[in-house]
Amino acid sequence: MEIIQLKDLYKIYDEGAVAVNAVNGISLTISEGEFTAIVGPSGSGKTTLLNLIGGLDRPTSGEVFINGTEITKLKSKELIDFRLNNIGFVFQSYNLIPVLTAHENVEFIMQLQNKPLAERHKRTIDLLESVGLGDKKDIRPRHLSGGQQQRVAVARALASKPRFILADEPTANLDSRATTNLLDIMERLNHEEKITFLFSTHDQRVVNKAHRVITIEDGKVLSDIYQEVLVHGKH
Amino acid sequence: MLYTLAWRNIWRNKRRTLITAASVLSALLFALFTRSMQIGTYAKMVDNLVQAYTGYIQVQKKGYWENKDINQSFKVSDTLVDKISSILNVSAVVPRLEYFALASFELQAKGSAIIGIDPEKEEKLTHLKKWLRNGVFLSTDDNGVLIASKLAGYLKINVGDTIVLIGQGYHGVSAAGKFPVRGILRFPSPDLDGQMIYMSLPNCQEFFSAENRVTSLALNLNNPDELDRTKQLIDEIIRSHNLVAMPWQEMLVELVQYIKQDNASGLIMLAILYLVVAFGVFGTVVMMTSERIREFGIMVSIGMKKWKLAVVTLLEMLMLGVLGIFSGVIVSLPIIGYYYLHPVNYGGDMGELIEKFGFEPKMYFALQPDFYVGQSLIVALIVLCAACYPMIRIFKLKEIKAIHSRM
Ligand SMILES: Nc1ncnc2c1ncn2[C@@H]1O[C@H](COP(=O)(O)OP(=O)(O)OP(=O)(O)O)[C@@H](O)[C@H]1O
Ligand SMILES: [Mg+2]
Repeated sequence: MEIIQLKDLYKIYDEGAVAVNAVNGISLTISEGEFTAIVGPSGSGKTTLLNLIGGLDRPTSGEVFINGTEITKLKSKELIDFRLNNIGFVFQSYNLIPVLTAHENVEFIMQLQNKPLAERHKRTIDLLESVGLGDKKDIRPRHLSGGQQQRVAVARALASKPRFILADEPTANLDSRATTNLLDIMERLNHEEKITFLFSTHDQRVVNKAHRVITIEDGKVLSDIYQEVLVHGKH
Repeated sequence: MLYTLAWRNIWRNKRRTLITAASVLSALLFALFTRSMQIGTYAKMVDNLVQAYTGYIQVQKKGYWENKDINQSFKVSDTLVDKISSILNVSAVVPRLEYFALASFELQAKGSAIIGIDPEKEEKLTHLKKWLRNGVFLSTDDNGVLIASKLAGYLKINVGDTIVLIGQGYHGVSAAGKFPVRGILRFPSPDLDGQMIYMSLPNCQEFFSAENRVTSLALNLNNPDELDRTKQLIDEIIRSHNLVAMPWQEMLVELVQYIKQDNASGLIMLAILYLVVAFGVFGTVVMMTSERIREFGIMVSIGMKKWKLAVVTLLEMLMLGVLGIFSGVIVSLPIIGYYYLHPVNYGGDMGELIEKFGFEPKMYFALQPDFYVGQSLIVALIVLCAACYPMIRIFKLKEIKAIHSRM
């Protein structure tokens, strides 16, 4: 089933002296359960593309369908609610609310959804366990390592039971061990729970783990390939 | 959840929060302190003058106050006095007959103010007895007089001597008489001390040929705050008599004027103070907001509605304000309470000067709950205005710009 559908998407910045076609006519489809990486050189338009898909920015032209809803037609307020219930976000850094503990950060998103307390607590604990931070639940972000913070962010992104998770360079600020660790967790969630991931990256090791690699350059899709990968050491 | 967020947010930067709360606190403390001092002092000044002289209300013939003419005196009946006395708030009705006469002793003569009083009743308002320096006080139908010390000095007259008074009485009848001096009064106010002669009311009425007449009934009140209502009641009683009930504010116009001016300058001081505080609070808010724009961006991106976020910042400001206000009131109450019970003494020249005018050389403090509420409301208003800033920033926030903003 198709979760994300982009039709002839353009984003042109023309505030400066020259107009920049950050996204220059992209059409593509992402299906449920995919584990997709978007790669490309710096300035190629990865962040811009992910922002458009996530409903954080509006395209100059073209359409973005999420699960059949054309989000480009939603009003700003509706868009906030749509994001809350359909998309999980992991940003590059400073994802978490500093005054809340790991547990509270994960629970927060379900509070925004008005989920009942019992469900919130159980799900928060389960999610923190699944990202390997069950023992860090009462710790505030500033006392967590960068990798741990990103894992909490993944747990939070999952908490709302979104259609997919969008991550713009989630490992950019992590060392290689933390990167591998985070990727392993994401991969396992994808494999075991059929969570759809769409992430951008510069990192070749991260690219190697992806099942599908979309390469963009100058705002256009250069290549779109499915690659064979080892999942947890066996296939 | 919103409360938890707000509460923890204000403690993110403990020092800044404490400094802000402390600035609110000290402004409030200063405002409450100076204002209660001003208001307390005004109240005391009014009390002093009213009780030394005018009373809170005087019943007079219409037009008497402008001319001070004995022909504008009126006949006072027991029923009138009884009726006025029966008003609950009226604690004393003090009849007086005031006019002028030439006082002479041997070779000296001087124009003087002659006041006929009921010595017992007068005691319930002006406590004249406390100024007595020599001799004895008047009895109810005494035929002697009391003379202010400076006047006595000028006339070179003493207790036991006989003073001669010459003047004009009611309806132009000539008035002349000899009166033994019973005592000398020393007033702190040079004005009074240079011209006052007191005699018993019947004696004075006889001297001015003004049988049963008085120029005023001065009233003392149990509760001066109820003056307006009491005046209304009196107005009803005296309506048919062609009399007026004049409140002290109309008699002591200069005092009222002075208080108004002084009060205005006090209020301007306060306005400046609060302006400074407002800038301080606003600065804090701007910093608190700017350094969190990125965080706001993330929160809105992951699906927090903007109004919820705005509520968090509003709560933060309210908590900060309440913190400042409560600590301000709690800290200032015992301080002002202490000074309320133990008025400050003016020292040195200032004290002497004040004493000269017949006032106690003390600084009094008022304890008025409505004043506390008012000042607290002003601070609350400042805080609420400042709270608009983060809310506006939040409603104008663009997600990606906010996320990519550097702190
Ligand atoms: N707000 C903006 N205003 C103007 N131009 C912008 C804006 N945001 C991005 N661009 C431009 O659009 C192009 C694509 O930028 P984008 O950030 O999407 O690239 P990227 O692939 O994410 O790069 P990186 O790998 O460095 O993160 C770049 O040329 C960038 O300069
Ligand atoms: Mg980028």
